[in-house]
Amino acid sequence: MSAIGVLALQGDFREHVEVLERLGVEAREVRQPRDLEGVGGLIIPGGESTTIGRLAVKYDLVEPIKEMIAEGRPVWGTCAGLIFLARDIGGYEQPLLGVLDVEVERNAFGRQVDSFEIDLEVPDLAEVSEPEETGRPFHAVFIRAPIVKAVGPKVRVLARLPDGTIVAVRQEHLLGTAFHPELTDDTRFHRYFLRMCRVSASV
Amino acid sequence: MTGEKEVGTWRVKVGLAQMLKGGVIMDVTNAEEARIAEDAGACAVMALERVPADIRAQGGVARMADPEKILEIMEAVSIPVMAKCRIGHFVEAQVLEALGVDFIDESEVLTPADEEHHIDKHQFKVPFVCGCRNLGEALRRIAEGAAMIRTKGEAGTGNIVEAVRHARAVLGEIRRLQSMRPEELMAAAKEMGAPYELVKEVAETGRLPVVNFAAGGVATPADAALMMQLGMDGVFVGSGIFKSSNPYARAKAIVEATTHYNDPEVIARVSRGLGEPMPGIDIRQLEETERLATRGW
Repeated sequence: MSAIGVLALQGDFREHVEVLERLGVEAREVRQPRDLEGVGGLIIPGGESTTIGRLAVKYDLVEPIKEMIAEGRPVWGTCAGLIFLARDIGGYEQPLLGVLDVEVERNAFGRQVDSFEIDLEVPDLAEVSEPEETGRPFHAVFIRAPIVKAVGPKVRVLARLPDGTIVAVRQEHLLGTAFHPELTDDTRFHRYFLRMCRVSASV
Repeated sequence: MTGEKEVGTWRVKVGLAQMLKGGVIMDVTNAEEARIAEDAGACAVMALERVPADIRAQGGVARMADPEKILEIMEAVSIPVMAKCRIGHFVEAQVLEALGVDFIDESEVLTPADEEHHIDKHQFKVPFVCGCRNLGEALRRIAEGAAMIRTKGEAGTGNIVEAVRHARAVLGEIRRLQSMRPEELMAAAKEMGAPYELVKEVAETGRLPVVNFAAGGVATPADAALMMQLGMDGVFVGSGIFKSSNPYARAKAIVEATTHYNDPEVIARVSRGLGEPMPGIDIRQLEETERLATRGW
């Protein structure tokens, strides 16, 4: 399959690149619009959403990313990436792609001392689970994480915390997770996204 | 089955440092500077009362900043806020954790409170960053619980030479470990005064087990890109921004040079017309007692 882009403006893009390479997929760091040419999908990593957003505007990446989404190429945002994809993030003034029809609350759990790990039930991962992974919860790492407060009609909820808080969503070929699958050894979310990319490439 | 929340874990501490990678952490002394830093694209700010250049100039005992000041900065921005405590001063660290800062820098820039012992950082839920001059020092701090490492450099000088020295020492020693036979690692651990388990891990992985930033002397976009090309994960800028003639423009330029560190055309463009950088100090003019990097061990 074609290379998968990883937005490399700031944040833990190298962790995503390493997971993709481990899965035998070519990964390309994206810093300029030209880096997006021919990628089969794009991952927007964790990091600081204000920093990533400002650099994306400065280096003219916002429109090309929106165009690739309009063409049907998949994009996945983890944590800061989810914020950057969102339509609405409340009162903050920072650049957004605004393509994912969700309302996101930044730093929803408080400050760093409130960051946590937890096992999540993610039924959709069954589609990509190996026999030994079937039914296994997904261990999710939340770091100064956002939450999804409200979703539009086209958005499907993939995972919730025990209290019902939405932390993973999908809207057609857009994927958003409030946590960081790139920080654990469980590659199911990356395989799930790669499957989205393969499906979109075959259309 | 969904599980229970676990807070303050090692993975969550190291994870925040991973989110800061490829970014610039800027020293700020009030809410206004914090907003300028955030607007310029800083991935975090370091809240302190005086930047290192002023600490150096004014002398006296440098302590943790006034909690009032730190809270003011925490309220002003949405990015992570770090704050410094003195080496070994675990009560200052407790205070900073109680205030809710996102990261504590146990820093040689402040006057040490303990000349023998650093803080037992495993006792805290908040992550710590510590300075180092070489691999042994980095691994001692990691063994004490530091979730992030930075070079010490020589803070408040605007002179990159010490940060380069420390970065090259750490990275060179990692390469040396990688070339060793397994039975040689114990002697290496003894020689560098570092825990064997960590030495072994570094020899196997070829990297520190935590994120490693440059600090102490970064004053220009080219300085930041130099440290990134040497292999650092990101950059702290202390006095370099707010002691320059145009802090906002310089801060933005350093952020862009850190992202595009391998692209000389970008570095050239952002370096134009920034005005005067902070005045620098030749390290050879410093008395041994004026050097901050020799604090801690």
